[in-house]
Amino acid sequence: MITELDRRKFLTHGIAALGATWTAAHWPAVVAAAEHAHHIALFPEDQKWEFFTPAEAKEIEALASCIIPSDGTPGAREAGVVYFIDRALVTFAIDDQKKYREGLPEIREQLHELFPGSTSFSAATPEQQEAVLASIDEAGAKNVPHRPRGNFNRPNSAAQPLFEVLRVHTIAGFLIDPEADRKGNRGGVGWALIGREPGHSFQPPFSAVDRDYPGWHPAPSVTAARKDADQK
Amino acid sequence: MKIDQPKYKTSDAVDFVIVGSGAAGGILAKELSTNGFSVVVLEQGPYLHEKDFSHDEIKVLQEDQLTNHPKLQPNTFRKTPQDKAKPQRALVYGRAVGGTSNHFTANFWRFHEIDFKERSKIGQVAGSTLTDWPISYADLEPYYTKVEWEVGVSGLAGASPFDPPRSKPYPMPPLPVKSNGVIFERAARKLGWNPFPAPMAILSQPRAGRSACINCGFCLAFGCEVGAKSSSLASMIPLAERSGKCEIRPNSYVHKIEIDQRGRATGAVYFDEKKNVHLQRAKAVILSANGAETPRLLLLSASGKFPDGLANSSGYVGKNLMFNTGAVSVGVFEEQTNDYKGYAVSRILHDFYELDAQKVGFYGGGGLDARFDLTPIGFGIGGLPPGTPRWGKDFKAALAHNWTRTFEIFGHGTSLPVENNSFSVDPDVKDAWGLPALRLTYKDHADDLKLAHWLAARSMELLDAANAKQKWTFPIDEQQFGVHLLGTCRMGEDPKSSVINPDHQTHDVKNLFLCDGSSLVTSGRGQPTMTIMALAFRASDRIMALAKRGELGA
Repeated sequence: MITELDRRKFLTHGIAALGATWTAAHWPAVVAAAEHAHHIALFPEDQKWEFFTPAEAKEIEALASCIIPSDGTPGAREAGVVYFIDRALVTFAIDDQKKYREGLPEIREQLHELFPGSTSFSAATPEQQEAVLASIDEAGAKNVPHRPRGNFNRPNSAAQPLFEVLRVHTIAGFLIDPEADRKGNRGGVGWALIGREPGHSFQPPFSAVDRDYPGWHPAPSVTAARKDADQK
Repeated sequence: MKIDQPKYKTSDAVDFVIVGSGAAGGILAKELSTNGFSVVVLEQGPYLHEKDFSHDEIKVLQEDQLTNHPKLQPNTFRKTPQDKAKPQRALVYGRAVGGTSNHFTANFWRFHEIDFKERSKIGQVAGSTLTDWPISYADLEPYYTKVEWEVGVSGLAGASPFDPPRSKPYPMPPLPVKSNGVIFERAARKLGWNPFPAPMAILSQPRAGRSACINCGFCLAFGCEVGAKSSSLASMIPLAERSGKCEIRPNSYVHKIEIDQRGRATGAVYFDEKKNVHLQRAKAVILSANGAETPRLLLLSASGKFPDGLANSSGYVGKNLMFNTGAVSVGVFEEQTNDYKGYAVSRILHDFYELDAQKVGFYGGGGLDARFDLTPIGFGIGGLPPGTPRWGKDFKAALAHNWTRTFEIFGHGTSLPVENNSFSVDPDVKDAWGLPALRLTYKDHADDLKLAHWLAARSMELLDAANAKQKWTFPIDEQQFGVHLLGTCRMGEDPKSSVINPDHQTHDVKNLFLCDGSSLVTSGRGQPTMTIMALAFRASDRIMALAKRGELGA
């Protein structure tokens, strides 16, 4: 049972204030609180955006929420992805400002084309939003993932449509280390979703698989292996 | 602990100026300074400390906190010398005190005997300049041992039936097995292969004032916040500083080696942080700037006496570049393995180290490891199986399910040296200091690509044997980007076909030495840093012997 005190604590400090054990035990309540927090707390009137206009922020939040939806567990919205992207566009992703500014009207045009009379992406129905995204996800149909180059993943954003850049930024804002000062992954909800325990120090056993490992012993025969290798 | 470094004047000729503070430069600095020589290390990047490292993927991977920056230092790429190179990021290397050793994965395989004499064994390979080393495994063995004990490597001696002889066991037991290591080991044994605990340059026990690994899971690309990863920064630089004879000078970007009329090196010219130019005088100069920047620096130091670049009478400066062949297959498992916890690799195998070219139809060899080196954002962007929706609830569900159930089998292998594969200077593109940018020319030898596919096929067999629920191999493309920067100033006895002699002395300039990835003659089977470090310990001995005999004579 989530108490009023817990709810207030969450609203003011996020999940981190409540501790991992508490969070695990109260997950459904946390989700409900997060959704509630969104409805009452998101976009306060005095919200100061670093790059977006309030209207743009609303659109970006709706788009990010289609990429990682809030479907019973926290999504991009609860992770504060729009705040992460707003900060990103005046820091590491400053070169993408134009792409966002010019790309948003293009997405709205696409919406109008598919659904004449619609006003904005954020005001569209979930079905309409998904239809728009499906129509602009050019790479989706031929999705063959390439390994991030030794982790040095740097999408050539200049040559990519807004959707591709937004997708990367949404994932980044959802899964960034919550301790990094980037405004993303609020309360660690992104890491909680994927099962990445909070913290930066772990001890074995790491899972049930290595818990009962009896220790390393030499292989009985080397000759067979050599022979096998030669036959390949 | 605060360490007061000496401050040398640029006008005073120190015994050695070392360009670069990474895997090789850090060891040379420590060895030379603790043996009484005065040393200045010029590092182009900043002096970061453990407290500066974090798990902020944006800071490390997008903002290049630890590495060369593509905006400041653009690169160009072309496949062949006939092509016009286009701007494209072509390499990553460490750009901070400690160099690339700050962010490596820390796989520390020794090269085997075959790596030093493969040309003699297999003969000429068409399209390749493959040649033997002028030194043998036996010559380097004491220095491999020195790396293990002084820099810090965890492992289990005698665990691999394919290991070369060693004079001493590892100083520390292997790190704790990971779940992917357990699965890899069981599957490999089923196939009759010989998995064994991976030797890693990460401390499994506290040692020399450094902490043991805390299993944070951010090794590749990240600096270690507790000093458990055996970087130069954690292991060697503090010893060099404590000698009282070594000054580490960060933010010092060397762009020319000064030469006198006799053709002797007199020092290194560099930009400081404010782009002021200085000449640090020295009796001898050592370049450990990595396999891209060392040849670039030689080419930038061309002069009337050395019109084709310094120490380039062979024409081999920058050429014969090898990246190592790689192929990555991925498995998703039913059970949670939580491989995001802990260092990257706990089990490897070397059954395919030396393939029979007659049987497989190509030259090469390699090893396999089990790893999970993707961090959360990288995984979210590119770690899900082909065909997985890229957004929406099914994308989210896959993220939630797979993160704790995914790991990779990484095949590492040989690259053949090809003369055209090179780092050179671009005629048009300049860096932020107005210097010609690095230009990469690279096209994999056909055998390297065949090897990559062959290793991927073994990885897929292994994933089958391990009952992976889903498995795939990332596309194997021709390489246009490298992190292992090898062979570009190769070692040899013959001045016509090599740049340095076995003492790491350039054939052309007697008091100029090169020691880093550029010195390698063959690529090994991946994991070159162990050998770069062993070479640096050996080079230190050779250089000190020459100095003591008065044979540097600036």
